[in-house]
Amino acid sequence: MRVESLRQLTLARFREFTREPEAVFWTFVFPLLLAGGLAIAFRDKAPEQAIVATVSAPAGDGAAMFVGKALRAAAADSNAQLTVREIPADSIADVLRTGTAALVVVPQAGGGVEYRFDPARPESRAARRITDDLLQRARGRADPVPTRDATISERGSRYIDFFVPGLLAMNIMGSSIWSLAFAIVTQRNKKLLKRLAATPMSRLEYLLSFVLSRLLFLGLEIAVLLGFGVWVLDVPIRGSLALLVLVAFIGAAAFGAIGLLVSSRARTVEGVSGLTNFVMLPMWIFSGVFFSASNFPAALQPVVQALPLTALVNGLRAIMLQGSGLVGVLPQIGVLSVYLLVCLAVALRVFRWQ
Amino acid sequence: MTVAASTPLALEVIGLRKSYGDVVAVNGLDLRVPAGQCFGLLGPNGAGKTTTIEICEGLNTPDSGTVRVLGRTWDEQPTALRAQLGIQLQETQLAEKLTVEETLQLFRSFYVHGRTIDDVIDLVQLGEKRKARVGGLSGGQKQRLALACALVGDPQLLFLDEPTTGLDPQSRRQLWTLVEGLKAEGRTILLTTHYMDEAERLCDNIAIVDHGQVIALGTPRQLIASLGAEHVIRLSTGHDGDESRAVRHPVALTELLALPDVRGGRETETGYELRVGAVQQALPPLLALAESRGVQWSELSTHSATLEDVFVSMTGRQLRDG
Repeated sequence: MRVESLRQLTLARFREFTREPEAVFWTFVFPLLLAGGLAIAFRDKAPEQAIVATVSAPAGDGAAMFVGKALRAAAADSNAQLTVREIPADSIADVLRTGTAALVVVPQAGGGVEYRFDPARPESRAARRITDDLLQRARGRADPVPTRDATISERGSRYIDFFVPGLLAMNIMGSSIWSLAFAIVTQRNKKLLKRLAATPMSRLEYLLSFVLSRLLFLGLEIAVLLGFGVWVLDVPIRGSLALLVLVAFIGAAAFGAIGLLVSSRARTVEGVSGLTNFVMLPMWIFSGVFFSASNFPAALQPVVQALPLTALVNGLRAIMLQGSGLVGVLPQIGVLSVYLLVCLAVALRVFRWQ
Repeated sequence: MTVAASTPLALEVIGLRKSYGDVVAVNGLDLRVPAGQCFGLLGPNGAGKTTTIEICEGLNTPDSGTVRVLGRTWDEQPTALRAQLGIQLQETQLAEKLTVEETLQLFRSFYVHGRTIDDVIDLVQLGEKRKARVGGLSGGQKQRLALACALVGDPQLLFLDEPTTGLDPQSRRQLWTLVEGLKAEGRTILLTTHYMDEAERLCDNIAIVDHGQVIALGTPRQLIASLGAEHVIRLSTGHDGDESRAVRHPVALTELLALPDVRGGRETETGYELRVGAVQQALPPLLALAESRGVQWSELSTHSATLEDVFVSMTGRQLRDG
């Protein structure tokens, strides 16, 4: 192993990447766009209003007319949780199909009410509960249990706080695997790998240079995404920043090794693209980036917990949101280290040089 | 081939065989390359040259046969052996985003001992392009850079696989001058080419390869002398394959071969090609015969015999036919 050739190989990787302006742009700008979009979608705001549609009651039926009156009165209230729209009777199906209202209230002759909604939509179920309570109370129902609401919107327990560590982990996975797979397969395709294999270059050094060059960029990626998260989205980092960076680096090295393995045989960029997606897709779904991985059935949990992205997401989340120390994230570091060593060793054995 | 028995061999190949499925690429090939020589492997595309050279370079493994490079086989310490070889492959595309200097720094870093970057840049005359990206170089400049990459380790033995294929005449001559310089420094060079003029100019010894075997071996002069003829006369009736055979070949080949001083020959697409001792002796009877038959030659040319003629007489095919 020669330090100089490892340095030159890493430098070559670094130069090739920085001289590809498009690649740099997407590596840094894409996650920012995603985080920005989510920040807008999940910004702090008044609780969602349910949109309820109602059709006019048959003329002269006083009991039925009451429904429209009660709903309008409720909507006019300053604390209203409802927005009410009047629609013609023949457009009920349309409204439900397009989702422009969560619930359609159809007054029945004699004062009864029919609710039409899709129970699979959470906002429709909520709208039904709110509307029903309103109507029942307006008709004089008394609630025997006195209740009081104490709402929380504490920093660190919002969805965006949950999501930013996941986004960071997903970005580390994506950029590590993609950049390596693309670069290696291109070099193989251009017979450059074969030329390098004809020199006394150490093959381990060649593979390590890819992992190392990933780490160089990672520093920048983490800084950009975390900076945005902390300053713009006000996401907390409760644990140690050094530990956070350490776990991110181990994660990047592990995904770099997975990237090497993915690209160890493929001869074309098209071939490796399919393989890369095949490897990453299950992790996008199962690793708890967008929602908690505990939603999956217990039978699946051993698999879910063994995925490297799950380990990285959980590790980063524990440090940022729960303030875990090194001991708390040791299991995650362990899982990632195993992936790093095993994938690197296998890649070195099966790597196709020509 | 005249080699003193005491000259050490830089490369020795015995009974080399390699097949890809049903296709036999190399079929019992033998080579002995003495140290300090420029040795040419000559043959059409698909003759097995590249497979042979890649096995010698340790990039491919033979099905059977022995290869000794600088006295060693690839089973012993391959990394140490690679450090002594300079290799230029066919169709390597170096990283386009790196500069000439950066590319050479990278390759230099693989060798413990070697030449300085400045030294090799001067040698291949890329000083002006030192800071230029590889992607912006011309074909000839890229080939010179590839040669420079082969030289940074100061190799004893150089493998050059079709170094001038696809280059314009000026770039080819520039590369020839470079190779002659390397020869003068006492390095051993194994060169493959399908250009006859290249082999004649650069190589001390040549092996003509066809169908995975060496079919002729010797110095360029010996090979040409083996034709038994000094000159070649080409005759054309000016009619091509659209015309009937009798129009294209109005005289029987045997009649032409029976003429004085004609040593051999063959029919070509549009006429004949005859190997003769001396043009001034062979030509008058040839013209007299044609006149007596009322044959008009639309084209008649003569040239001194070349390696190309050697190849044609041995295989009945042109080298470029592949």
